[in-house]
Amino acid sequence: MTYRVFLVDDHGVFRSGVRTELAGEDGLEVIGDAGTVPESIAGIVETKPDVVLLDVHMPGGGGVAVLRGVTDALGSDAPVFLALSVSDAATDVIATIRAGARGYVTKTIDGAELADAVRRVAEGDAVFSPRLAGFVLDSFTGRSPVPEPQLDPELDSLTRREMEVLRLLARGYTYREIAEELFISVKTVETHASNVLRKTQQSNRNALTRWAVNRQIG
Amino acid sequence: MTRTTDIQRPDRMRRRSGGKVVAGVCGGIADHLGVDVFRVRVVFVVLAALAGAGVAAYGLLWFLCPTGDDVGPGSPRERRQAQGLVVLGVIVLLANGFVASSAPASTLLALIVVLGGAALVWREVDVTGASSRSGFITWLRLAAGAVLVVGGLIVLVAAPDTALAGMNPTLLAVLGTLFGVVLLTVPLWMRMWRSLNAERAARIRNQEREEIASHLHDSVLQTLALIQKRAAQPDVVAQLARRQERELRQWLFGDQARRNESLAAAIAAVSAEVEDAYGLEIETVTVGDVTPDELRDEKIAHSLQALVASAREAVVNAAKHSGADKVDVYCEVDDEQIEVFVRDRGVGFDPDAVDSDRQGIAKSIRARMERAGGTARITSTPGRGTNVALKLPRTRRGGSSPILDDDHPEKLEQQ
Repeated sequence: MTYRVFLVDDHGVFRSGVRTELAGEDGLEVIGDAGTVPESIAGIVETKPDVVLLDVHMPGGGGVAVLRGVTDALGSDAPVFLALSVSDAATDVIATIRAGARGYVTKTIDGAELADAVRRVAEGDAVFSPRLAGFVLDSFTGRSPVPEPQLDPELDSLTRREMEVLRLLARGYTYREIAEELFISVKTVETHASNVLRKTQQSNRNALTRWAVNRQIG
Repeated sequence: MTRTTDIQRPDRMRRRSGGKVVAGVCGGIADHLGVDVFRVRVVFVVLAALAGAGVAAYGLLWFLCPTGDDVGPGSPRERRQAQGLVVLGVIVLLANGFVASSAPASTLLALIVVLGGAALVWREVDVTGASSRSGFITWLRLAAGAVLVVGGLIVLVAAPDTALAGMNPTLLAVLGTLFGVVLLTVPLWMRMWRSLNAERAARIRNQEREEIASHLHDSVLQTLALIQKRAAQPDVVAQLARRQERELRQWLFGDQARRNESLAAAIAAVSAEVEDAYGLEIETVTVGDVTPDELRDEKIAHSLQALVASAREAVVNAAKHSGADKVDVYCEVDDEQIEVFVRDRGVGFDPDAVDSDRQGIAKSIRARMERAGGTARITSTPGRGTNVALKLPRTRRGGSSPILDDDHPEKLEQQ
């Protein structure tokens, strides 16, 4: 099956670069791109791609604004978002993941790896970089550079196994290597990683309240 | 590449400028909160009944909020409604004044006249852009406003039976004049204050811009120039680009802690050093950090130094011998221990084979860690890379048994 990809980046040069890199990949088709927040939202809503490659830093609210706009417009039909950013600062990563991105990779990634990451998020997996895993672990040691919102210890604490997976991810292991290490299947590792991501997104009452409050004030 | 310092400030409340009836305060609040403007106006009228609190609040918000940039006037119905509410507000204020205070009607009327005059003047001077009305009408309104304010104040001060009657008439006159002048010139002060603020902000922005420009000149532009010159040598180019990326990243995204003040920074510095020296990519992830107190304790600081030195040794080994183009360094500090893992996917070696050179290095890492009260575990499989795990107990120093976590050491050995 061919996954349809939409590119969001305010740099035209970078967009055409990614287009070229993905053009040679099987099973991926770039169906559109946009460079501003409103154009991106309109384009994504219109073309309904499978995956959106999302730049984090853009004028006018950045990737998070695009995520919110598309999710508001399409609801559960919204495509999967994979953040592709030059920044791997904790604040950017956590904010984008909390807004609902299914993965986060940096722009130094090469074409084949990027294509692989796109396929994986399209199939429902989470794509984690070691650094991102480090940030999530950090938030459990209470030394997170992104102080709030705190993870709800009751609802969102990770299981022992998830922590193990996260720790190995942070050490730079691939999913396959983690599976070998823990004697579990790659699919299980992916499930654990997805759970970590879901919990990091704060799928709980706090987040819901916060979301509602933000909407009210505008 | 993209904007990096995207400071998200909450939107400031702005008054309506096109669709305003008095000063656009209610409209501004309604737009800001996303509620119906009519309700906001009713709330202000009700507040006006409470000893004039609504009027005072309205005046303050008028003073403090900048005008917005909307242009369309509201619907005629909405305007009529609003004007009706303004009249209602005045009546409510008056009625409330009669009931609540024993002041005579003339005083209250004079007060209303003063407020009305002030509102007229403020409204006229408030327009920031060019007014579409002719200058004559503007001046007329200004004059009318001034006359209202002055007249109202004269009545207030001169009336024989006001609450202020006991005061020295000269003093009262002076105070009245002063009050009138302040009331009439408030918009001018306001405008001056705003432009001063705007100028200050512009100056700061400019300064920041210059600073960024000079930093980029010293770093990125220089490196790009070097890269253009060395375009024929891909190794050098890659190395320059990597170093520049790291420097820029550090400058943009913080992490300014110096290496002797933070274990995480020290580990990152070690990685950076080796990355430059051997020209391979080292991905460093740090979780948690030691406390400044621990770094001040000489004994602990000494073991931490040993840990960093061992980690450096391990990274250098990986860079020199593994043949991999990427090494992962992971450092985690939890309550009980500090762990550092250095891992490559290079050629690896057989730990049992007699290889004096590498075993010697392994011993130097191990011996150093043991002297510091920790452990070092080196596992390697030919063809699958090498893993170095360094552990240092955190709370107990030189404890009898080093604390092992649940990291399946037997499996690591198998690798």
